Amino acid sequence: MLRQIEGSKAIAETVALCRPEVVCAYPISPQTHIIEAVGAMVKSGRLAQCEFINVESEFAAMSVAIGASATGARAYTATASQGLLFMLEAVFNASGLGLPIVMTLANRAIGAPINIWNDHSDAMAVRDAGWIQLFAETNQEAADLHVQAFRLAEELSVPVMVCMDGFILTHAVEGVDMLDQETVDAFLPPYEPRQVLDVDDPVSIGAMVGPEAFEEVRYLAYLRQRDALERIPEIAREFTQLTGRESGGLIRSYRTDDAEIIVVALGSVLGTIKDAVDIRRDAGERIGVVGITAFRPFPSEAVRAALAQARQVVVLEKSFSTGFGGVLSTDVAMSMRDLDFDLRTVIAGLGGRAITRRSLEDMLKRANDDELEPLTFLDLDHDAVERERERMRKVRRSGPSAENLLRDRAAFSSLPRGGGA
Amino acid sequence: MTRQPVHFYQVGSFAVGNRLLSADDRTVQSLRERTNSIDSGHRACQGCGEALGARYALDAAMRATNDRVVAVNATGCLEVFSTPYPETSWRIPWLHSLFGNAPAVATGVAAALRVKGKSDVRVVAQAGDGGTVDIGFGALSGMFERNDDVLFICYDNEGYMNTGVQRSAATPPAARTATTDAVGPEPGNVFGTGKDLPRIAMAHDIPYVATATVADLHDLERKVERAMELHGARYLHVLVPCPLGWGTASNDTIHVARLAKESGLFPVFEAENGTLTSVSTIRRRVPVEQYLLLQRRYGHLFGKNPRPDIVARIQAMADENIARYGLVDESTESTEVNA
Repeated sequence: MLRQIEGSKAIAETVALCRPEVVCAYPISPQTHIIEAVGAMVKSGRLAQCEFINVESEFAAMSVAIGASATGARAYTATASQGLLFMLEAVFNASGLGLPIVMTLANRAIGAPINIWNDHSDAMAVRDAGWIQLFAETNQEAADLHVQAFRLAEELSVPVMVCMDGFILTHAVEGVDMLDQETVDAFLPPYEPRQVLDVDDPVSIGAMVGPEAFEEVRYLAYLRQRDALERIPEIAREFTQLTGRESGGLIRSYRTDDAEIIVVALGSVLGTIKDAVDIRRDAGERIGVVGITAFRPFPSEAVRAALAQARQVVVLEKSFSTGFGGVLSTDVAMSMRDLDFDLRTVIAGLGGRAITRRSLEDMLKRANDDELEPLTFLDLDHDAVERERERMRKVRRSGPSAENLLRDRAAFSSLPRGGGA
Repeated sequence: MTRQPVHFYQVGSFAVGNRLLSADDRTVQSLRERTNSIDSGHRACQGCGEALGARYALDAAMRATNDRVVAVNATGCLEVFSTPYPETSWRIPWLHSLFGNAPAVATGVAAALRVKGKSDVRVVAQAGDGGTVDIGFGALSGMFERNDDVLFICYDNEGYMNTGVQRSAATPPAARTATTDAVGPEPGNVFGTGKDLPRIAMAHDIPYVATATVADLHDLERKVERAMELHGARYLHVLVPCPLGWGTASNDTIHVARLAKESGLFPVFEAENGTLTSVSTIRRRVPVEQYLLLQRRYGHLFGKNPRPDIVARIQAMADENIARYGLVDESTESTEVNA
């Protein structure tokens, strides 16, 4: 049923349809509306057979999910940003133990400086944690991905993180075709654990493993992620058969058939990129887009096939490795080994800075004219940065740079407007 | 079952053989059909107090629940010596996740059991003092505050023994550890620090808080049984001497645990809903020296450059405990005899 609904609410209601048995929650913006709504459904009895636990930290949230999942319950939680980092040890532990927990990540920047707005730094910080990471382009897809996530996680005994852009998606009210219980039940069978704490069949879970088998344990985890590369598109196809809707899969291409330049990105920014590409197409430029839904496991072969004929690949990222550059770019480059192409990285939208269609159009035009630097920061105020660099050269105790930049910003009102909620 | 106080005095140590007790009052370990929650063959050191305490506590919990116990374990000695794969001493369902999250993991197990209608299965979470008073403290306080249906047992050996005897917030003043060396004008751990977890647990007003030592295993078992009669968050703090970390002889584990109690340094009591309900009084009060002298971690207080001033401060701590908990029953106090 098509409903005008906030993204967070759509997620909460979809998660409820998945019949979670233990939901644990610690509030962090912009995840709060999701857990609030799930909590209300448990309290009202609308979501029956579910324990909703208000915990004292994200570390506890993931730990409660671990205990619940190891006891055979379908476990769900949600977090963002600092919360994800605070639970990091347990995030690795959940995947190491092979527990199919599903977690929503309302993508948000990581401080300092503290910043509650959207980028992908949080998801990228845990890309090696052993979780499957799926990125939603729209609220419709975010909702649908949760149903697929439980199915995928429980089939493979691997936890799944559904990444959706904080505020941009979580707080956006738009039309979402909501699933019904019958459809979800038909798609998602009850959870049958591979290992469970059972007094009638006791096992030890989580004991130490030495050098004699650790590498094999890790390799098995790698193979399960390889299996996920097979299962993600199959599950998405099954979902389409059941609902008539395309959601999920590994990657999605847009106007790439004759494209010389292809932009690669994750998440909600793909919509704006497609708009910008449409405009550049009208100007005669052969530009296409590849959106990556499955970031972990990384669909190298699908990406390689989709980008193979491109002369230039522009990877637009909402995060970056501070001492190096693009994170997603590295994965794309590895996937394109031995192919002749130019790789350009564009860092954009950090800490919630708006990625406008106009900025993207300008960037694409420069790409088409072969003017794009290998590493570009979209809409970066180079003058402000240079002023602060100069200040730091002159004065030892120059103070907090973040404050200086903002004081300058007040003084130089001609700066481009970015960020803010 | 009504219980008679036991008064046997065959040996100086007050040890009581099971055969002298009625069948109901014997320890689980004396039963032919007892469970074997922690099987033999593990890697604990000789004389390990924790292995002993955990064995008695868990088998008592098993008896109290008709063998329906799930155990959660923090990282630490107990976790390490009872495994690694493919070997495991655990004959009950057992989950180890991390060092600092055992209380929260236990909350998750309890929640899953509740939602699945398995109310007969009970959860026991276990950690050493590091996993309890330090790195697991936040999670433990959260579990207490929510009154989750978990019995949390701290096996307190007063330091990070698994990593090589470093100080924890349960390390007593003046004790030498690898990070509180016996050097300088104030050798060993500093005074005025540390956490009294049983009292902090009581401040959460949880249904049950108790302390015990491995010197009185009947008492330990009785407290586990009492804990399993109740629901909600329960906390049991068991003093378990560590021959390695304390520098004690491995055959002195019980003896030194008893002296911790008899000196007043380790008060043994029970509390329900935040109120003290019973205290194990000192039978035969001993000066703290008797306790300290058996332990090399206090060796710097004696010998060539003795520090009676520091010993006096430790005695003052024992006296404070005795006053706070009423550990000396003046009417029955016996004079010291030579053991």
